[in-house]
Amino acid sequence: MTDLTPTDQTSADDQGPAPSRLHQALDSDLAYSFRRSPVAMVSAAVSLTLILAAVFAPLFATTNPFDPASLNLMNGFTPPLQPNAFTGESFAMGTDDQGRDVYSTILYGMRISLFVGAAAVLFAMALGIVLGLLAGYLGGWVETLIMRVADIQLTFPSILVAMLIFGIAKGVTPVEYRDQMAIWVLILAIGLSDWVQFARVVRGATLVEKSKDYVDAARLIGRRAFPIMLRHILPNVLSPVLVIATISLALAIIAEATLSFLGVGAPPTQPSLGTLIRIGQGFLFSGEWWILFFPASTLLALALSVNLLGDWLRDALNPRLR
Amino acid sequence: MTDPVLSIRNLTVEIPTRRGLFRPVENVSYDLRPGEIRGVVGESGAGKSMTGNAVIGLLDPPAHIAEGEIWLKGRRIDHLGAEDKRAIRGKEIGMIFQDPLTSLNPLFTVGEQLVETIQLHLKVSSDEARERAIALLDRVSIPNPAERFNQYPHQFSGGMRQRVVIALALCSDPSVIVADEPTTALDVSIQAQVLDLIKELAAERQVGVILVTHDMGVIADTTEEVTVMYAGKVVESGKTDRILGAPEHEYTRSLISAVPRPHVKLKRFPQVSYGGRETEFKIEDLARNWPKPEASSSGKLLEVKEITKQFVAKSSIIPSWNSYLTAVDHVSFDIRDGEVFGLVGESGSGKSTVARMIATLYGVDGGRILFDGEDMTAMDAEGIARYRRQIQMIFQDPFSSLNPRMTVADIVAEPLLHLGILPKADAKLRVRELLDRVGLAKDAWRKYPHEFSGGQRQRISIARALATQPRFLICDEPTSALDVSIQAQILNILKDLQEHLGLTMLFISHDLPVVRQMCDRVGVMKQGQLLELQETQALFDAPQHPYTRELLSLMPRLEQLPG
Amino acid sequence: MLTFIVRRLGQSLLVLLVAGAVAFSMFRFVGDPIDNMLGQERTLEDVERLRVQLGLDQPFPVQYFKYLQEAVQGNFGLSYRQGREVSEIFLERAPATLELAAISATFAVLLGIALGVYTAIRRDGFVANLIMSASLIGVSLPTFLIGILLIYLFSVELGWLPSFGRGDVVNLGWWNTGLLTESGLKALILPSIALGLYQMTLIMRLVRSEMLEVLRQDYIRFARARGLSERTINFRHALKNTMVPVVTIIGLQLGAIIAFAIITETVFQWPGLGLLFINAIQFVDIPVMAAYLMMISVMFVLINLIVDILYAFIDPRLRVSSK
Repeated sequence: MTDLTPTDQTSADDQGPAPSRLHQALDSDLAYSFRRSPVAMVSAAVSLTLILAAVFAPLFATTNPFDPASLNLMNGFTPPLQPNAFTGESFAMGTDDQGRDVYSTILYGMRISLFVGAAAVLFAMALGIVLGLLAGYLGGWVETLIMRVADIQLTFPSILVAMLIFGIAKGVTPVEYRDQMAIWVLILAIGLSDWVQFARVVRGATLVEKSKDYVDAARLIGRRAFPIMLRHILPNVLSPVLVIATISLALAIIAEATLSFLGVGAPPTQPSLGTLIRIGQGFLFSGEWWILFFPASTLLALALSVNLLGDWLRDALNPRLR
Repeated sequence: MTDPVLSIRNLTVEIPTRRGLFRPVENVSYDLRPGEIRGVVGESGAGKSMTGNAVIGLLDPPAHIAEGEIWLKGRRIDHLGAEDKRAIRGKEIGMIFQDPLTSLNPLFTVGEQLVETIQLHLKVSSDEARERAIALLDRVSIPNPAERFNQYPHQFSGGMRQRVVIALALCSDPSVIVADEPTTALDVSIQAQVLDLIKELAAERQVGVILVTHDMGVIADTTEEVTVMYAGKVVESGKTDRILGAPEHEYTRSLISAVPRPHVKLKRFPQVSYGGRETEFKIEDLARNWPKPEASSSGKLLEVKEITKQFVAKSSIIPSWNSYLTAVDHVSFDIRDGEVFGLVGESGSGKSTVARMIATLYGVDGGRILFDGEDMTAMDAEGIARYRRQIQMIFQDPFSSLNPRMTVADIVAEPLLHLGILPKADAKLRVRELLDRVGLAKDAWRKYPHEFSGGQRQRISIARALATQPRFLICDEPTSALDVSIQAQILNILKDLQEHLGLTMLFISHDLPVVRQMCDRVGVMKQGQLLELQETQALFDAPQHPYTRELLSLMPRLEQLPG
Repeated sequence: MLTFIVRRLGQSLLVLLVAGAVAFSMFRFVGDPIDNMLGQERTLEDVERLRVQLGLDQPFPVQYFKYLQEAVQGNFGLSYRQGREVSEIFLERAPATLELAAISATFAVLLGIALGVYTAIRRDGFVANLIMSASLIGVSLPTFLIGILLIYLFSVELGWLPSFGRGDVVNLGWWNTGLLTESGLKALILPSIALGLYQMTLIMRLVRSEMLEVLRQDYIRFARARGLSERTINFRHALKNTMVPVVTIIGLQLGAIIAFAIITETVFQWPGLGLLFINAIQFVDIPVMAAYLMMISVMFVLINLIVDILYAFIDPRLRVSSK
């Protein structure tokens, strides 16, 4: 095969001044592949726009849809871009039955969707990395135990695991705290249902790295297991983790929307995109299509752009696949 | 003289890459006659495999033939369409790959794969195909061919699988076989058998064989004609004896001079420079700041007494039901102060396991290891820490022995900082000095390993090993992943280390000529046992154990080589 | 081979025990069913009567033992919400879910494998790229959105197909089938597409990437060097090797179909087990949840066992290697 790594024919001495790290980063294969892929650039732009819009929702929203003072029931069911029959107000994406501006509810809803998704992925990632590293590096009964649990959990689809965890948590929490707890329970449920992916990938990569000589070189000078895992192995297993994390973010956003849609997720007081779609579905037959259409499109745009980014990242970080 | 069965004329292969057009093969020409074995030799990146792939029409896109012609039995084949090229593959030109473990489809029996190929090329009934397949298996010396016919590849050993691969390449009596490093993945004893088989078959069936290899020994023993390639170009082509004995081109001369001689011990490996590859290393300068080698109390720095290592071969829920494999079986030897002690053996002989036990990477299941008279197996934590400062190791694979996410400075400084030998600022200076002494550029310290070639990485590895100023160095096949000219460089550095710094070394290798050049005394291992231990000269001149004699007999003669 | 099966059986048993333990702990410790069943207005007598009726007055070990004993016989107690035998409700609703799942699974597996193989072989082709792009939309569209979209298109706008329910069913004694009437069949179309589409895209993408991985192997290169045609290489050598990991994945996806049936059934108000389960979660109807968990575990364990046997059947290394 073609080996494009430096060969001994090039002398190391005759190179000019070292390029800066920034320059190197911009010149890297990853950046190159990014610049060459319009799909990656567009999806990165869309994801970034949506994420920023969600994070700074109060700046972009016309009203705070969950502040009862700002609501006017008279504005209910205003179609997009048409003045309301009673108040004469006009809304870019119309209003729902309560007179809430759909555009603003989407911004706030996306905030919750993204927060739950990101927090769940971070939680799953942390758990998965730790357990995967331990299983891969230590082996023995630690590995057997962790991977058996992972195998068993993998038999159960993650959405079902999340539902069960949600159901159990709902049963355990007192009624008056349920709404407050719902978001955290969601994060826990989705995160716990998703760690297996990370653990399996990290374990696999750890097994590969562990057999490499640089780990032996570190053991030779007496470095202990945990410093080796953190300093030597972890940085080398991060690139597949990055890919899984991106794809998991899309999956987590979808899972959250699904749970909320089913009514076992974000409560109506803190509606996520899924909750908004659930609400909108009720008006599908009566003709107020916009209450469903805009949240649904936003969810699709978000999930699709993150998925496309993950797909590109996987191809770019794993050039064998091309 | 018979007409050539295959002619390559001015072949150029191009690969468009991000950084411009890359020509792995440039203007290559050679002929192949029926029954002839032509070696194509060169170092990694020379384009020798790519030529073979071009001949059989298996260049991976975007690589393509840009110029030149390939003629097979008077027919031009380089510009044929995909379907016509496929019709030639297997039928007219057979191929043998390097790794027999991955060349066969694991889900089909050996027989199914043979019959499939035979029926594809020769229109025969399945019974006839079966008979032919069994005959082929018999011809490549597979015992019980009728029974083996129905077995799956995983039931064959590596050498046996390579025989099956050869049988597959012979299915339809091709006129040319391209063998790409066919024995590199095999042990020496198996290697010799497979090469003999290829030689026999070439003569018997009048098949022309292109034998692509990096191994001068294989070239010397097997081929009649040889083509030497460097950086995509043919530098010299001709009769093997002539090229090896009296090379004309400067590159060939430098390549051949770097090949370790099996019969004479040279003080240093000659390094003829070609293409600006010589590197300055200044081990003498390192000696100025190096502590005077302390003499051990007994004159023996390391004493290994009856060490044993067992691995769990098959684990069971009940520990006492585990079945074990004894990797090292009561091995004893001493290494004297300032000596290079060699351990040789084939894969699975336990030689690396011994090295790893001494390096504390594996626990010791039985026996003792005395370092300067102190029993390492009985040391407390403090003793082990002191022990670790005095031993270091150089690993086989320069691509896996450096952490790709650390800068070279961090890699070399890690032993110093972790063992608390020097404070950070001093460690920095020591690192710079070491990198300079092993011949790396001034700014090497701030780069990452992937920016270096294999030989440069191995020098970084040596710098790391020297950082703690150890008394004892373990070298585990330090050059078997390197090209022969780079190997000469690295071995010269190691010789300097012994000479100028007085380092004591354990040198593990499967390569007898290298061992002969490097070691003062040698132990021969097989299946976990130490069979023979001799002064190097005595071992090569008068081997005692039958196994040693066998190993020596398999060593390439290289008689053609100039002294 | 024997050890392999024994180990797998052991693991299956473990799964069932874990599921049983979770089910029982849910049953015993989660929430107060009395709260859920009676709401705010209740008398002490009501509470006491229900407590005895549900067996909540007995000591913990007795409940545990009884629960396991009963569960093995398929008896999971009374639904808190409906006050009926859980097993009776399950039997009544199972056919709806199983018919839906079976049809979607067939659709997802057959089409998924076919498209996966196609896109792997023609990996730079225009159609293959189009399918791959479409499939990314497929995995980004949550099942419930697909359902809503289908309803909007085919029920609301076009009015061709029903938007909810099972249509007319024929009672075959112990099985209510929707497969024998026109309205039943019509009602099946949208839900099975909604349920199968997402799984199909997943299977397709997995088959594709596995197959590409196989096509990179040395033995495929060697098969090419032997002169085998692309057809033989793709459909004989590569496909069989692809199937080894894909069989496992498909097993997992079948499990996922049963789980995702919950969503589809909610969207289409399909009177199956999934809808029952989601209602049970909302009302914390623990016996139903527990029974559903047990049932689904048994199902998953069975699927996995079948997958393992298939696996050993395809891969000779598993058949012989354990000497």
